[in-house]
Formats: sequence, structure tokens, C-alpha cells
Amino acid sequence: MSAILDRARAQVLADGVGLDEAGVLEVLRSPDDDLSALLQLAHEVRMRWCGPEVEVEGIVSLKTGGCPEDCHFCSQSGLFTSPVRSVWLDIPSLVEAAKQTAATGATEFCIVAAVRGPDARLMAQMRDGVAAIRAAVDIQVAASLGMLTKEQVDELVEMGVHRYNHNLETCRSYFPNVVTTHSWEERWSTLTMVRESGMEVCCGGILGLGESVEQRAEFAAQLAALDPHEVPLNFLNPRPGTPLGDRPVVEGKDALRAIAAFRLAMPRTILRYAGGREITLGDLGTREGLLGGINAVIVGNYLTTLGRPANADLELLTELKMPVKALSATL
Amino acid sequence: MTAPEGRTGTPTGPVPWCDRCGEAAAQGDHRTCAAARALEPPRFCPDCRRRMKVQVVPTGWTATCVEHGDRHG
Ligand code: SF4
Ligand SMILES: [Zn+2]
Ligand SMILES: [Zn+2]
Repeated sequence: MSAILDRARAQVLADGVGLDEAGVLEVLRSPDDDLSALLQLAHEVRMRWCGPEVEVEGIVSLKTGGCPEDCHFCSQSGLFTSPVRSVWLDIPSLVEAAKQTAATGATEFCIVAAVRGPDARLMAQMRDGVAAIRAAVDIQVAASLGMLTKEQVDELVEMGVHRYNHNLETCRSYFPNVVTTHSWEERWSTLTMVRESGMEVCCGGILGLGESVEQRAEFAAQLAALDPHEVPLNFLNPRPGTPLGDRPVVEGKDALRAIAAFRLAMPRTILRYAGGREITLGDLGTREGLLGGINAVIVGNYLTTLGRPANADLELLTELKMPVKALSATL
Repeated sequence: MTAPEGRTGTPTGPVPWCDRCGEAAAQGDHRTCAAARALEPPRFCPDCRRRMKVQVVPTGWTATCVEHGDRHG
């Protein structure tokens, strides 16, 4: 076994101190022969510092498509010739989606909008939607509405939104290759306001955007510095009509190495399987990731693409003897 | 390519347009489209090629053509 795994065992598993950028890079460069030992170690770290529970979440798009930003991976940008059309979800359908999510045993329901940041109409829709969900469904509400002003952060807290997702998407040095209509620093400043408000910070990104292995390590270190409550890990699912529509998907072994490396960088975070796992890793990879550092899943469909049926993931969790985190444990 | 929908929105009879890429169903190779549709809702109406309004929710999706109505999956 390579020296980095010995070091990680002593530092991360025993002391709960995450690997730094250089350590993460060594992990990402570790040979295929070490992969199963690496995943086993990441799993032990997750069990020791997070426990066996898995946090289950459903997500829904409140406002789809027509976004003015140019994130090169995104089918919802209005600047590309993507076939995704603009559409709003009405409040009764939003509540129904929350109910169906809760019925799977999920404790988290994240409302997402394809916007640079919310306008008055979206904030009003959020206010009505969150109130309607809270009146009808026993589930925690999270939101992802782009960049916020301080006033909007305060409004979301007042509505009862307990967690805010805002992904940095990729490392600081690669970000300008992926997005030109806003900066990494603007995203960081929203995250800082969210943190200061007392809402839980959810921040991750997408692997496979064309970043180098070094930049993947840089990204893990930058996320570790932010210390988010949750890190959703997506793998690029190349979307027709977007600038990254022809990129290859991440190799399964590289995806698993990245999962383990991010866990070793952030031993205590909720590391969530998000979009792209189906095409990158398939059914087998979903299992390997859950035994390699992942401790949260998005069940069912994503925002514009479809996922595995929720019961396939839930049956897998039962088989792996990983209990779904209960609502009482999250309050 | 085939249509209109069964419960999953999978077309069941011949139709003119591919519901993923919007090109003529009888021309070109749409096997990649068909495979991708396992993890994507349709985007183009298979009857008229209009881009549909598609709402995905955790347990399903609805695709609406102004001319040909709703499809569900
Ligand atoms: S801001 Fe969000 S919705 Fe808009 S293009 Fe970027 S990723 Fe897509
Ligand atoms: Zn096609
Ligand atoms: Zn039509």
C-alpha cells in the first residue's frame, strides 16, 4: 500500500484531520492496485467521523431553463442552443413533489431555480411554496437560487429554509474556463453570507469539466477551507447543445478515487452523490461509492435529467445496513 | 422512432420526429438518443417537432406540446 494511505490512516482516520491539497493530489494519482484499499479507508473514515446513517434528499426545479448565466455544463442556460425550455412549477405541484420525496423516507427537500440570483417574483414564489410545504409535509426545506443579497439571505432564514446550496462547481483556477458571466469570488461571497446567517452551507461541484488532476485536488482543498455542512459531488453528464456537450464522461475508477479523496479531505462533511453517477458509475459504482466515503444521496430524478428509481437506492441502503437518517436526528 | 406514449412516454408506434434530438426519425441513427432517453425526459414532440415544456419532479416528468398536449413518465 502506498505511503499516502498510511499517512491518511494516521491523520484522517485516527485524528479526524483532513488531507491537504498535496495529500489529496497523491490520492488522486494513486495506482489502480490501491483503489480498493483507498475506498476501504475512506469508508472507515466516514463510519468513524459521520456514522452509518445516510442522508436522503429529493430535489426539484421551481424555475427551469432560461438562465442568463453561461455555465458551460448547464442545459438551463438561455445562452446555448439546449432543447430545455423555460418553465415554472406551480405551488400545488411543488407541495406534491415534497410529499412524494418525504414518502421515500427522505429528510431533505431542495428547491432549485435556474437564475443568476432571485428576483422579487421568485422570492414571492419561495415564500408561498415553503410555507405550503411546511404546513403539509414533514421534511426539511433547502434552497438553491443562485447568488443572494444579504436581504435575501435573511428572508430565506425567516421562511425557515435551513440549508442553502450554492456550488463553487470547480476550483478557483479553472472556474474562468467554465463560467464567464460571474466569478468564483462572487459565489464565495454568497457562501460567506449564508454561513454567517446560521443556515447550513451546502457547496460542491462537478468533476469532469476538463480540469486537471491537480485542479481537482485544488478544488477539494478549497472546499475543505470553506468547511461546508454538505458537499454534493456531481460528475459531468454532457448535455446536448452546451459547450461541454461533447466531453467524455469521467472514468469510473477516477470517479471513485475522487470520492475517496474528497472524503479524506473532509472527514466530517455530508458527502452526497448527486448528478451524473448513473452514467459515470452505473449500479455497481453506486454501491462502491457508498462503501468508499459517500454518506448521502439524491433519490429519484434530478432537475432536467432522470435518476435511478428511489426504491433501487433505498433497497441498496438496506442491503448495505446503512440506515436512512431520520428527521428527528437532523432537527 | 415511434409514438405516442405509453406510461413511460416511450413511443409505441411510428412517428416522424426523434423526441430527444428533434431530427427526422427515419433519417440518421437515433440509437444513442434512444439509449440516453432511459435517463432523460423527451424534449421534442415526436408528432410535430416542437420543443416541449418539460417539468421534471423527483418521481416523474411531464412534457407539454402546445399542439399535442401532455405526455407523462
Ligand atoms: S447559474 Fe445555474 S442555472 Fe444558470 S447557467 Fe449556471 S448552473 Fe445553469
Ligand atoms: Zn435522435
Ligand atoms: Zn406536438
